[in-house]
Amino acid sequence: MWYFSEEEKALQELCRDFAQNELAPKAEHHDNEESFNIEAFKKMGEIGLLGITADPKYGGSGLGALAATIVMEELGKACPASTLSYLAHTILCVNNIQNNANEEQKQKYLPKLITGEWIGCMGMSEADFGSDAVGIQTRAKLNGDHYSINGSKMWITNAQYSDIAYVYTRTGDEKKNLTTFILEKDKNQFEVGKPIHKMGMRASPTGELIFKDAIVPLENRVGEEGDSVYHMMKNLEIERITIAGISLGVARACTEQSIKYAQERKQFGKEIGNFQLIQKMIAEMSTETDMMAHFLYGVAKEYDMGNKGPAIAAKVKLALPKMATKIALDAIQLHGGYGYSREFPVERLMRDNKLNEIGAGTNEVMIMIIAKDLLKELKPKKV
Amino acid sequence: MTNEFHQEITEQIRKFRLERIEPLLEKDDHEARFRKEIFNELGELGFTGITIPEEFGGAGLTYTDFCVFLEELSKTSVPYAVTVSVSTMVQSILNKFGTQEQKEKYLPELTSGKEIGAFALSESGSGSDASSLKTTAKESGDSYVINGSKLWITSGGVAKTYIVMARTSGEGSKGVSAFIVRDGDPGFEYGKNESKMGWRTSPTRELLFQNCTIPKDRLIGNMNEGMKVALSALDAGRITIGAISVGLAQRALDESISYSLSREQFKQKIFDFQGLQFMMSDMATETEASRLLVYHAAELLDKGRPNPKISSMAKLKASDTAMSVTTDAVQILGGVGYTTEYPVERLMRDAKVLQIVEGTNQIQRVVIARQLRKSFN
Repeated sequence: MWYFSEEEKALQELCRDFAQNELAPKAEHHDNEESFNIEAFKKMGEIGLLGITADPKYGGSGLGALAATIVMEELGKACPASTLSYLAHTILCVNNIQNNANEEQKQKYLPKLITGEWIGCMGMSEADFGSDAVGIQTRAKLNGDHYSINGSKMWITNAQYSDIAYVYTRTGDEKKNLTTFILEKDKNQFEVGKPIHKMGMRASPTGELIFKDAIVPLENRVGEEGDSVYHMMKNLEIERITIAGISLGVARACTEQSIKYAQERKQFGKEIGNFQLIQKMIAEMSTETDMMAHFLYGVAKEYDMGNKGPAIAAKVKLALPKMATKIALDAIQLHGGYGYSREFPVERLMRDNKLNEIGAGTNEVMIMIIAKDLLKELKPKKV
Repeated sequence: MTNEFHQEITEQIRKFRLERIEPLLEKDDHEARFRKEIFNELGELGFTGITIPEEFGGAGLTYTDFCVFLEELSKTSVPYAVTVSVSTMVQSILNKFGTQEQKEKYLPELTSGKEIGAFALSESGSGSDASSLKTTAKESGDSYVINGSKLWITSGGVAKTYIVMARTSGEGSKGVSAFIVRDGDPGFEYGKNESKMGWRTSPTRELLFQNCTIPKDRLIGNMNEGMKVALSALDAGRITIGAISVGLAQRALDESISYSLSREQFKQKIFDFQGLQFMMSDMATETEASRLLVYHAAELLDKGRPNPKISSMAKLKASDTAMSVTTDAVQILGGVGYTTEYPVERLMRDAKVLQIVEGTNQIQRVVIARQLRKSFN
């Protein structure tokens, strides 16, 4: 993109090399085994990726949504699952602490999270509250000098590997009376339930966080009681922009693989790239991927310039994952039998990408947000 | 379309799939495990040679009946439906082109479900372009000697009887012949087991032939007329994949409806959101349209008027529908839909290859276009 700074271009280069050397060769293995590529994750700390948006005084890079999206695309091309874990750590945990925590909390948690010594996650969803996040029921009760927390969080990326969890709880019966805490594994402030087996993103651990009378000192509370909804809303936009970056990486990888395959595979005495049906597929895949890139990076750039809004982030999150699933399905189709086998990466990319239509707000919730913004003047009535 | 007999088949298979297959399925899919005993039991119930005449142990029924069976079984397991479908195709070929001796020798074990049949056409370099295959068979005394390899063979390794297409002269479709190869024949071995996105309980394997020597009486039909043998199975193959697709789509739709009627968000059943109602209405309409097309194609075949255009359309439409409906089902179930605890993610993975097997959907479009051109000549 013409507006990428020299720093962002260098970051792109760095991530591209890292992804090809550290993520791509192991992606199939970790997908098969449902295991986490923790070595690569730790190396992300060494090369300075784990605090991409955090203040340099805590070891971060002090960059914005655009830079974070570049990382997502490049890592996502090689291994969307590792990238999802990276996102959960960097955007859901580190970025939230950076933006909402007090100075002591930042000093305590950020440096170790940014070097990769600690791994982080965020706990919002619960079994009965996914799209309807503000309804969560995990309770934090003030008892003198501490809170005691009870309940559980579902579908938590990195749960099994996390040292630190950034968690939303209910502190009152009023719908929006939600309060945020930073919880530590070492101090038994959360337990981890059984791992969740998934269709894709299998190299990204997903689990349950369980709280059974967890004793949490006041100093672990982020902001004041009732601040959670504000915290959630503030982070959702960058979360949605960056997760769309993973889908851009998927689309990019599928398009590149398909172009390569169309030039190599011969049927009926010629490379299949000679057939118009195949030409149509790759021409459309590439066109859609370029549309995705321009839309996504344009919105990320505007976000960094202060031109924000929930609707535009929702539009990015609705468009990109959906388009990437379609492109990945076409890539499997173009590869035929080989595309369906685990020898080629396209079936994994498709399975991984499907999650992006569900996580960080489903397509259907994105539609609600966009429509609400478009129809501000309309009085809601039941249909 | 349905009659009492079809309802009986449906009821019987419904009971079988829910009791015998469904409870093991999540684990078997994860471990890519095929259970031969399930196939054997389907045989004992009389479903592993449905369209084959009774004199060879078959049920002597129609393709419409077969579709009813496949549709119902596919609601739980596309892989077992495919295993039966391929084994039945092998039997149809033997029944149509085999000698009386071949039929008596090989059919009873297949119709009874004691053995499984497999069909070996694809090679690493010839998928859609099937007639460019390179595996050779040469006459040598009283034997044929086969050399080469076959890729993506459904039931490879678990089947006993294989129909293998090999080159016996020249290039192209006119130099191909069909042979019977049996598990254990000298020089016949199994290569790598494919690790696949879906259809994980159905083994897909490479077949290797190194101076594989078989007796002369294993040739099916006439020399160099193998492609005719292969093409004879095309209409039925496409229709059965269509029926399997319809069953898969129906299951995904049923899961979506029942989940959305029980799940609440924002204090109402998610079924009550119009966004989801529209999705499910489209899913149901597409599924029903596909079903009608598949049974129409089956009826034409049963009446002795197979129509390649309609068969291709049925396969194309039903498999595209299975893909889109299962994808939407994962979406409707949301987070749980993405986990292996619910079946829809597996349905979606199983759907994708329906667009690839029995002629990719690109090839179906080529076939349809060819017929469209013909109708104006």
